[in-house]
Amino acid sequence: MVKPLVTAASTLASAFLPLSLCRCPTGKDDFSTGIDPPPSLGNMATEFHNLQDLRHTATLATKVFIQRDYRDGTVCKFQTKFPEELDNRIERALFEDTIKTLNNYYAEAEKISGQSYLEGCLACASAYIIFLCMETRYEKVLRKISMYIQEQNEKIYAPRGLLITDPVERGMRVIEISIFDDRISSGSSSSGSSVSSGSAR
Amino acid sequence: CWLMVVRKWEVFPGRNRFYCDGRIIVARQCGVLPLTLGLIVVTSVLFFIFDCPFLVTHLTICIPVVAGVLFLFVVITLLQTSFTDPGILPRALPEEVTNTERQIDNSGSVTYRPPPRTKEIIINGEVVKLKYCFTCKMFRPPRTSHCSLCDNCVERFDHHCPWVGNCVGKRNYRFFYTFIVSLSFLTSFILGCVITHLTLRSQGDKGFLQALQESPLVVCFFSIWSTLGLSGFHTYLVASNLTTNEDIKGSWSTKRGEESGNPYSYNGIFRNCCAVLCGPMPPSLIDRRGFLPPDVIPRTVASGSELHPFMAKNDTNMVRVFASAPSFLHPRYPKINI
Repeated sequence: MVKPLVTAASTLASAFLPLSLCRCPTGKDDFSTGIDPPPSLGNMATEFHNLQDLRHTATLATKVFIQRDYRDGTVCKFQTKFPEELDNRIERALFEDTIKTLNNYYAEAEKISGQSYLEGCLACASAYIIFLCMETRYEKVLRKISMYIQEQNEKIYAPRGLLITDPVERGMRVIEISIFDDRISSGSSSSGSSVSSGSAR
Repeated sequence: CWLMVVRKWEVFPGRNRFYCDGRIIVARQCGVLPLTLGLIVVTSVLFFIFDCPFLVTHLTICIPVVAGVLFLFVVITLLQTSFTDPGILPRALPEEVTNTERQIDNSGSVTYRPPPRTKEIIINGEVVKLKYCFTCKMFRPPRTSHCSLCDNCVERFDHHCPWVGNCVGKRNYRFFYTFIVSLSFLTSFILGCVITHLTLRSQGDKGFLQALQESPLVVCFFSIWSTLGLSGFHTYLVASNLTTNEDIKGSWSTKRGEESGNPYSYNGIFRNCCAVLCGPMPPSLIDRRGFLPPDVIPRTVASGSELHPFMAKNDTNMVRVFASAPSFLHPRYPKINI
């Protein structure tokens, strides 16, 4: 009785799977309320499919975490120190370039400039109601960052068996880089770049 | 849709409550928020009913207009302070935790009792100790503190305010500051108007109505000292770019009254004020309304009472199959043996 049910579920779910996992943001993507799943989630699934195409039997080997650099205060900035696990995986220059670009994006988002003063004063005058209606500059930059990370993953990291996770999904604490093994795995369960799940339930 | 959809707020580990499908977040103990709201609304309503008609006829129509604007400001900012995520940091995921613990083990000593987990960094020339949070399993960023009432690490933690029933942190500090400043103005304004009313009015009969008309005066008289005091204190904190937490602990006071040790200060009152109040608004990091990836939906949610409306409530086997269906159907996952 269960088998036909499962077959039915498989056909239905395969139709709906792209919708629930790979939904791309349409229009305003609100990070704070999460109306749509974060774009990286859908992109990660897409990225995983790309990784699959490139490395058909890729399995997750390990993850490297790039920590925050607090020397300049609480501004969002990541360390550019090259982790040794990536030594034979990617060129130093490419890696540092990615991190530096990300740091520049975050600096732009958190910059206290004339525009942010104006935004702040207007918001205060409206009793901060405009935060409910408008997308803030920070959110706009976060979207740019997300697209940049997707582009970097597609062009540079996926071909080398690596995957960068958007730091906003890790509480802006770390940049998580998943390292995929390109050895053939024999029947063992494999997982995506998120939390490694169990095998058969 | 046949898939189990679970939003992240449903599995949030902290002590918070969520409403409107994750749009509104409050601390589990709402404290005295109803009392705060009640006092403000009742006092203002009594003021509008009993004092405004007299003052409009004898003075100017601006009085209820100003009071109305202030009242709206106070209520809106109060609700925003209470219902906004103060800057909660999501807890570390398992791989991150293993990575952090591995680093601690490598650098620490091998003793039976593990040494206290702290990390020292230098920020703008000052030594800052980052503490390891055993609940959230991560090294707390600078200025972050763990609120024991909400069981969350909050960025730029100021304090947990029982009057608003929420922590005050990086994301809602400006709402809180606007709330207490506008409340001070409102309280002073109502106090002044009621005193004016009572002095201008000819002597009338003493009675219940008289007592009722004077109650805004009493409420405002007692609350004005605390609201003005609090506003003044927080103005000082904003100007020096400090949090209540740091001020109480004396983190940066080197000598008596000297705050030159604060590495986060921009060394200018105006610049500090602009940075704290008009700085960019950071996003919420906990992504309350985001969807959990299907392979991490906990069994308790999958087989519990929180079923998607399309699911049959009395067929737990079917629920379990559907909950794991995406994993099963993903080309990378092995087939489920049933």
